[in-house]
Amino acid sequence: MKTILNEQQLAITIQRLSNQLLENHLELKNTILIGIQPRGIYFSERVIRELSKQISLGNISYGKLDITFYRDDVRQGLHTINRTDILFSIENKNVILIDDVLYTGRTIRAALDALLDFGRPSKVELCVLIDRRFSRQLPIQPDYVGKAIDSIISQKVKVFWKEKDGKDEVTLIE
Amino acid sequence: MQLSTKHLLGIKNLPASDIQSILDTATQFKEVLQRPIKKVPTLRDVTIVNLFYENSTRTRISFELAEKRLSADAINFTASGSSVSKGESLLDTVNNILSMKVDMVVMRHSASGAPHFLAKHIPAAIVNAGDGINEHPTQALLDAFSIREKLGTLEGKKIAIIGDIMHSRVALSNIYLLKKMGAEVTVAGPPTLIPVYMKEAFDVRVEYDLKKALSWCDVANVLRIQLERQNQVLFSSLREYSISYGINKELLDSLGKEILIMHPGPINRGVELSSDAADSGQSIILQQVENGVAVRMAVLYLLAGGQTRFN
Repeated sequence: MKTILNEQQLAITIQRLSNQLLENHLELKNTILIGIQPRGIYFSERVIRELSKQISLGNISYGKLDITFYRDDVRQGLHTINRTDILFSIENKNVILIDDVLYTGRTIRAALDALLDFGRPSKVELCVLIDRRFSRQLPIQPDYVGKAIDSIISQKVKVFWKEKDGKDEVTLIE
Repeated sequence: MQLSTKHLLGIKNLPASDIQSILDTATQFKEVLQRPIKKVPTLRDVTIVNLFYENSTRTRISFELAEKRLSADAINFTASGSSVSKGESLLDTVNNILSMKVDMVVMRHSASGAPHFLAKHIPAAIVNAGDGINEHPTQALLDAFSIREKLGTLEGKKIAIIGDIMHSRVALSNIYLLKKMGAEVTVAGPPTLIPVYMKEAFDVRVEYDLKKALSWCDVANVLRIQLERQNQVLFSSLREYSISYGINKELLDSLGKEILIMHPGPINRGVELSSDAADSGQSIILQQVENGVAVRMAVLYLLAGGQTRFN
């Protein structure tokens, strides 16, 4: 087991990503942040908390998206369904999808399909905490990356969050 | 997540954990039905036949909508106008349909046990949409879902099932389900419509006085008087039934508390339920119908998902 980000590094990374989002989306006008269920929510809520230091929470549009019904492996097994919470129109908005680990790209493919059922956004971007490079199975790339790592299939990236797992850490499990 | 069963034949043998899974999944599907595009691609490679040997409005439309909202291909079969009238047997009909690569069968039949028989002979998953006087599991599930939505839980809640208990598959499925989920159940109606073994066989209260039953309960599930299943005279007239066992607004107002009124439909207005009661704020009859689609989506999803196709 190898630590990729410790608590302090994780906090700084989230700070940097939040600043990058603000840099590209001035005051988050016309922008919607959407966390992907289930594990992307912890990350997206941290990002929201960070953003709220600079912008009032009332001006941030934030939703949660569950992709279970859009998965391409329904035939291989059922997955727990989580709540989808998108209470506003995404029509002509800039949407930033937020997830913790980008690996094969299949989750994001499903998320894009799911998202389009809520309207036609003018632009969709992807923000991930960890990008497992060179392991994509679909042509999907992130716009904001916390940390890019090289890993092999047998390895697993695990993101721990204080509110769920008791500590803030990202580790690589052999 | 995965159900313990391949078919949904009834509530009788369905574990409480499966019921819980279906209700929880239905909550998520209800959210899907509020979206601008009320359709998900989940079952786009699944073909489902709706095999209706008996008349139905709500259940058939509800299943068909559930299938379409899940992107499954739906085929509708009604016995009238089919080769059934030429004498084709149930098993032959179904095998012929299945040979055209159909994965699931949703079935209503006037013979109790028809879907159970079918389940023994065909590889496809079967959902019972009502068999004779036996069970109507998806109705019980949507009733439970509607109660849970309004009252938060089923546990400890008092449900009165009122009317024609003897001929009602809705009553039987509801009793099984409510008991499994920890609710208290009273069946009420005229003695001629309540089998004598109810109390011992199902551990439910029996009440012949309508007002007492209503005063006791949190929810009254009012059943339809099934005119098509009465081949003997069990009460003297509809008018007499409605005087003794019909629910109207006046009666509800006299209880001193608000109970929920449910009805599986179709309502015989003025018989078991008066219009002012059926259309009152206490009635959740149309919510039941709305929830039916979400509950049936959950059942189809949980039965069809996670499995390789049969054909």
